[in-house]
Amino acid sequence: MLPGFGLTLGTTLLWLSLIVLIPLGALFVKSAALSADQFIAIVTSRRALHAFALSFGLSLAAACVNLVFGAIVVWALVRYRFPGRRLLDAIVDVPFALPTAVAGIALTALYAPSGWIGGLLAPLGIHVAFTPLGIFVALVFIGLPFVVRTVQPALEDLDAELEEAAASLGAGRCMTVRRVVLPTVVPALLTGFTLAFARAVGEYGSVVFIAGNLPNVSEIAPLLIVIRLQEFRYADASAIAVVMLMASLLFLFLINGLQRWTALHTESGR
Amino acid sequence: MRISVIDASKRFGDFTALDRVNLDVRSGELLALLGPSGSGKTTLLRIVAGLDWPDDGQVQFDGEDALSRPAGKRRVGFVFQHYALFRHMTVFENVAFGLRAKPRAERPGETEIRRRVDKLLDLVQLRWLAERYPAQLSGGQRQRIALARALAIEPKVLLLDEPFGSLDAKVRKGLRRWLRNLHREIHVTSIFVTHDQEEALEVADRIVVMDKGHIEQIGTPQQVYSNPQTPFVHEFIGESVVLPVFVQDNQVRFDGRPIGIVPKGMADGAATLFARPFDVTILPARAGDADLKGVVKRIHGIGPARRLEIEIGNEQASRTIEIDASRSRQWHVGQAVSVRPEQYHLFPDRL
Repeated sequence: MLPGFGLTLGTTLLWLSLIVLIPLGALFVKSAALSADQFIAIVTSRRALHAFALSFGLSLAAACVNLVFGAIVVWALVRYRFPGRRLLDAIVDVPFALPTAVAGIALTALYAPSGWIGGLLAPLGIHVAFTPLGIFVALVFIGLPFVVRTVQPALEDLDAELEEAAASLGAGRCMTVRRVVLPTVVPALLTGFTLAFARAVGEYGSVVFIAGNLPNVSEIAPLLIVIRLQEFRYADASAIAVVMLMASLLFLFLINGLQRWTALHTESGR
Repeated sequence: MRISVIDASKRFGDFTALDRVNLDVRSGELLALLGPSGSGKTTLLRIVAGLDWPDDGQVQFDGEDALSRPAGKRRVGFVFQHYALFRHMTVFENVAFGLRAKPRAERPGETEIRRRVDKLLDLVQLRWLAERYPAQLSGGQRQRIALARALAIEPKVLLLDEPFGSLDAKVRKGLRRWLRNLHREIHVTSIFVTHDQEEALEVADRIVVMDKGHIEQIGTPQQVYSNPQTPFVHEFIGESVVLPVFVQDNQVRFDGRPIGIVPKGMADGAATLFARPFDVTILPARAGDADLKGVVKRIHGIGPARRLEIEIGNEQASRTIEIDASRSRQWHVGQAVSVRPEQYHLFPDRL
């Protein structure tokens, strides 16, 4: 075995414990102060259920939208050469780099009824800021680079000969993309989707500005946790947090399983 | 199917890949495009396949224009150097791809697809691998699967780009013979690209020797080897002894002295003499003979061959050649010898 195994594994375990495992453990300990009945009552209260549905539902929707449009953005960036391509490529990273509060304020200013876009939509009866739609917009914004940046290398690595082979075998463009290109980048698409989704579920900064934060209307689960903390109801906050954690883990496992299943057939080799 | 390439030219930026190339491929023959890298052979193959388009010129299949048809409509089987197998599909699905890609009206039923794929896998002797994925196969197996996949569409012409280029030497030799036999069996017009002269000489019915976007010579392996039409072909195929000479007063001169060779009506001027090493006879020098004189510099080789390094000419214009010499004579370093090309080709230098 390579020397240094004991040292590196020890450091890894210590580090992971400090950064990840101990805080998560503390969360469970805190919520264990509640009885089972209390716990269930808290997490099934109308307000909590609505916050969960909003957070997970909108995150899923935003990740789906990002999957589709992210894939199109990647296709354009990788497959075509046009002036300004590198600039566009850099712009994709903006949601990564921007402090989330700044993004939230910018989006709110744009989509508020007095804002540039909000002003155009308001006469049509579409209200974005201070509604769940606003949350959705913010989650799409922050999730996009995750899809683009994970799929980009996969598409760049895709051998042009594969598509030529399909074409010479008589496959049309549609069939080539569907049966040759897509399956090769599916694992990367899934990873991008997972990352965008996970990020959206935890997103707080940009959402609280645009959401309006009305209980039972546009209040996300992370915000509810913050509210409970400010009310010194720590057990309530941790109970909600535990549910979010479990649900996130479940989603991650599901998507990971799916990923493994697809990767099994596409491992290495040409 | 007969293929005609007429005046085809192709440029990539400043680089001329093909310069007015004309080529006729006979129906049913196995043709090799042979040349160094950058000679345009792969570009020519891709143009025939419909994966590239020429800037000028025409490509005809049986006299009909092929350029207006996309690759998928040319009935061309293309085998890529790196196989280009679909790695998320089993071997079976890879071979079936071309059948499933057919328009609905022509697409065979599932049982018919199974029957035809099995038949192709039998042809390449890999039926037992049908349910494997490409990553689980060896290089030689992948190449044969790529061939089976290309044959599935019953192509009228089979194109192979460096088919054995990324295989190790032993597998390559075996596959070569196998391809030759396969071609004899299915008899589809085939073109393969190679930079390996041995491969071209062994496998092909005819060889097209290319250099810098031009066709240098087209002929049977025997013709290009024994009767090369240009200096490039002589140097590229087989070993050559090369000597810069000068033609003057109906005599071929080296280093100012006649060497006993008649230039057969060639105009005066600089020229190059080419000969195969085994067509050159070495004899102990005798005074007064009008032929090439040299000095033995080194002797090497054991067993049946005895190879001499001989320096020809004086200090200013010396040139070392390597010749197989007779074992029945004794040679020693420093010995003065006569060098007599029995068979040779003389090409005037291009200005």
